[in-house]
Amino acid sequence: METKSKKQRILPAGEFNVFLRVLQDAGYETIGPTVQDRTIVYDTIVSSSDLPAGWTDEQAAGSYEIRKTGKSLLFDFNVGPHAWKKYLHRADLLLWRAKTNGSGFSIQEEDDSPSKKAFIGVRACEVAAIQKQDKIFLKSQFTDSAYQKRRANTLIVAVNCTKAGGNCFCASMNTGPSVLSGFDFALTEILDDKRHFFVVEHGSKLAEELLNKMPKLEEASAKECALVREKMNEVSENMGKEVDTKDIKQLFYDHYDDHIWDEIATRCMNCANCTMVCPTCFCTTMEDVTNLTGTEAERWRRWDSCFTMDFSYIHGGSVRPSDSTRYRHWITHKFAAWHDQFEESGCVGCGRCITWCPVGIDVTKEIKNLRKSKATV
Amino acid sequence: MSNHNGNPMLPESFSVKRIKNETDDTFTVELQPSKKVLDLSFEAGQFNMLYIFGVGEIPISISGDPCSTDSLVHTTRVVGTVTKAMRKLHVGDLIGVRGPFGNPWPVEEAKGKDVVLIAGGIGLAPIRPVINYIISNRNKFENVVVLYGTRTPKDILYAKEIKFWEKKHRIQTFVTVDRAIGEWEGNVGVVTKLVARTPFDPKNAIAMACGPEVMMRFTVRELQKRGIANSSIYVSTERNMKCGIGHCGHCQFGAEFVCKDGPVFRYDKIAHLFDVWEV
Repeated sequence: METKSKKQRILPAGEFNVFLRVLQDAGYETIGPTVQDRTIVYDTIVSSSDLPAGWTDEQAAGSYEIRKTGKSLLFDFNVGPHAWKKYLHRADLLLWRAKTNGSGFSIQEEDDSPSKKAFIGVRACEVAAIQKQDKIFLKSQFTDSAYQKRRANTLIVAVNCTKAGGNCFCASMNTGPSVLSGFDFALTEILDDKRHFFVVEHGSKLAEELLNKMPKLEEASAKECALVREKMNEVSENMGKEVDTKDIKQLFYDHYDDHIWDEIATRCMNCANCTMVCPTCFCTTMEDVTNLTGTEAERWRRWDSCFTMDFSYIHGGSVRPSDSTRYRHWITHKFAAWHDQFEESGCVGCGRCITWCPVGIDVTKEIKNLRKSKATV
Repeated sequence: MSNHNGNPMLPESFSVKRIKNETDDTFTVELQPSKKVLDLSFEAGQFNMLYIFGVGEIPISISGDPCSTDSLVHTTRVVGTVTKAMRKLHVGDLIGVRGPFGNPWPVEEAKGKDVVLIAGGIGLAPIRPVINYIISNRNKFENVVVLYGTRTPKDILYAKEIKFWEKKHRIQTFVTVDRAIGEWEGNVGVVTKLVARTPFDPKNAIAMACGPEVMMRFTVRELQKRGIANSSIYVSTERNMKCGIGHCGHCQFGAEFVCKDGPVFRYDKIAHLFDVWEV
């Protein structure tokens, strides 16, 4: 039996706009998937007509395409190149400005007051990714105030994936396909012969209050709830990829000196795409910019990637000058060192790094190869 | 320092109180808070992020006295854009400071034990606060030895001070140079070679080493040969750092964030990484 306290309700697809309006009236900028340049990316949406209705995506290693399905589903696709970190852990963030008055200088913290945002269509793997970044920026020794402010102003409207993508392996990473925690709303979209609707679950007090502002939604029947479970089981069984996570940390540590890294390096272009699209990659650099007369300076924090030589530069050179050790560093951090640092995997199984790798390097395949290779350490 | 209470990414304003050349390419800068009264306490082995207006920010270890913190003391070598600009500063010039950050040397744990301090080149700067701490609490430590290696006699840091360590504070100091020039009559050769004949009880000693990674690798081997346990050896490591608070990812050394888990590590915790290439 499902718990009685979390009753699920039915939102007819035709009333999705009413739902968006309730969020907007509560002061939230609504952000969701939109079709741009033949990809599905996150941007401000005003109404449900901004959503990729009737679109789906097809993903394989190094390949992404969207196509029309002829159906009216609003969320019939998986994740694109954008991750929600672009709103929470900004790619470019001005930290402070400094001005010189001749002899000295003064530093002024940048006024940072982010607006309230409702993320519409957050997938289970993405909720997990947000929770992983929460651990880094909110629950470690130091707090990232910019992240904290944005996170506090975020409402998460999760949408369960009702199809599994070609590069998806959330089931292996235990992060999906069903959204189980960390959401304000969790929606499952159902389209059958007669009806198109969402089964809505609320996961926070705030969500409950917002639901009360909606015209009364009928309660989901046992049959409808069963339909959701059935759908999700189906998705779980149709994952495009899988990873055997048994003793995966030790697997990487045992193969630290493996020849496999040299082989991957012959394919890897060090383009850093995987780190940019990864929803958990969090590395940044600091960039100091001055005006032409040298009287004003700014400190920007920008996303950075461990695939660059500069990333590990110290006096005397880069710590990881080889392509192979930079790849090793990235994947070992994601699947092994993350466990030591944050007591969980750094991978959520979204498959973005596989899709957006220009040469189609597939982490799930590389892990399989690693398992076949003899331990070196 | 108080900026930990606010935003650790925002530099505090300090002014140059004193600046002096130590050797041809090293200098010491002493800083005092510009306006506010700040708590300048730090632990030996910690570092600050120093910002020069319009140039940039770099991590530099604190080389002052943890028992007397009315100013911040940093000794550094002129190697990059920021350190070049820093050496050109004058008394009264402003500098931005974030910190102190990082895991310190185990000075408390070293009490009641022999202490072996091994430094290579500018690596003496992060070790000096330990020496200062020992000087202020000399009776709490047993035999204290400093082994210091540098390129030539001209490159010896804190040359005048070193003489007092031995004479006044019973800190045996052995200096060695790679190349003897001038009237040098002391040791010649790598600092690691001094370990074999250093007077300490391996069963009741703590060793702390700071210098180039290759020097520390050999130092550890020499210390092991003397029978000192890996868990009694500490090393200070260097990695690229941008934030100092474990958020930017640059300083990762295996699963360790050098900025907050280090820079000082107990050797047994990182032994598996120490001999591996390009970690």
